[in-house]
Amino acid sequence: MSITPYRVLVGPEGYLPPAAASRGVLLPEKGEALIEGAIVPEEEAMQAIATKLLSAKNPFFFPGPQLLWDWKEGVAQKAQAVKRLADLAGARVIPMPDYRPKYPMINPAVEINPNHPNLTIWHNKIDLCVFIGVHCHYANMALKIIRGGTSCYTVALCGEAGHEDAMISLCCMGMPELAKLTEIIRTMKGEQAA
Amino acid sequence: MSVKIIRPTAAFADLLPAEYLELAANGPYASPKTINDLGNFKEIIEEHPHCAGCGVALGVRLTAASLPAPADTLIVGTAGCSFFGLAQAALNYSCSAFGNQNAVASGLKRMLKIRYPDTHKDVVVLVGDGGIADIGLDLTLHSWFRREKIATIMVDNEVYGNTGGQESGMTQEGQVLNMAPKGKNFAKIPVFELAQVSGCVYCARVTVASPKKIGQVVRKAILLAREVGPTYVQIYTPCPTNFKFPPQQTINIAKKAEEGHYSFREFISDEAQAYWEKNFSSSA
Repeated sequence: MSITPYRVLVGPEGYLPPAAASRGVLLPEKGEALIEGAIVPEEEAMQAIATKLLSAKNPFFFPGPQLLWDWKEGVAQKAQAVKRLADLAGARVIPMPDYRPKYPMINPAVEINPNHPNLTIWHNKIDLCVFIGVHCHYANMALKIIRGGTSCYTVALCGEAGHEDAMISLCCMGMPELAKLTEIIRTMKGEQAA
Repeated sequence: MSVKIIRPTAAFADLLPAEYLELAANGPYASPKTINDLGNFKEIIEEHPHCAGCGVALGVRLTAASLPAPADTLIVGTAGCSFFGLAQAALNYSCSAFGNQNAVASGLKRMLKIRYPDTHKDVVVLVGDGGIADIGLDLTLHSWFRREKIATIMVDNEVYGNTGGQESGMTQEGQVLNMAPKGKNFAKIPVFELAQVSGCVYCARVTVASPKKIGQVVRKAILLAREVGPTYVQIYTPCPTNFKFPPQQTINIAKKAEEGHYSFREFISDEAQAYWEKNFSSSA
């Protein structure tokens, strides 16, 4: 009996989409990445991210607490690099300052919350979002909710092991990887302009 | 957590929602505030989903405003009404399984002591009467027997408030509730006395009608727990929803209780008293 591999595709997939890990999607090793549930070389995923970002109608970056708060050495530089990357890609930025399930509700025009991320996606008509600097558990939860309820394409630039629940996920995302992705986008933009 | 964690990075500072910027600029982290400063700083808990007039909400708010070092404090909670406010608080907060809070807090306190040997990391249990007096009584008592250096604070609304109004061990004898139509059959569990004989070096009983007292006893309990031993504070937080009084009467109900079963009580061991006088008597 053959089992069709689970693909992490654009939703809406339904109220409770499965965690991709529970359907056999594995995390990438260093130098690898995930595209829609399949492990690919990191370079290929970066190219795919650049293509998706530059072709999106309304792309947004969602930097999380690890980038918004200057909690340790190197964070400020990384935040600058991410801001440059977003600007270069023509993406806007909405912050995820913390994970509190804020009452009565967040202002979806200016922030995103992992407990109900779709409010922000719907309000701003976002068709592609990039998670970066969000702690893994909350990123996974929010990515799954977005896949369940919206048609937004999700990208995770993860400094740790990566995210099965994102449509494209890089892992081990440090400053060199950010610079590489920025360069790919710059090159692709130049080619498109030409 | 350290104060650094609420310093915005320059790249994204202009994108942070206003309340976060206000918290960073005028919160209680860099220069700790007291109850007396309420109204003049950005509180770490403001909006919450508690019922109108909720005593627990007020108890949690006043406790949060009394923390001597919010940036270095970890609150451990559990299921119950207190969760609603605490989940909104800009504090390190860990919600444990129902009744496990003092066991979880013990582990966290020990871990923090190893990880940060030169910094005081205050671990404060802040839960309701069900969590401490009923479901978590064994783990609470054992944490006191072991003399774990944690402060345990009970917000006592004398009922299981958010599950329809069942009696708790802290409900008064004879009290009729939605889910106790014949009235409670036994007396309030004497947790204050249990704390005294189980190793707590400081115990206090207050109500939300006395915010300044809450400020004093919570601060004292946390500072003594740092060095001397376990401490316990019991705050009466009346519940308008289940005791069916108008929300604007909460303070009056608490004030009335101060003349009866919730009069102010304080116990301090000789060791704690000596430590307090040596280190903090001028700031008491």
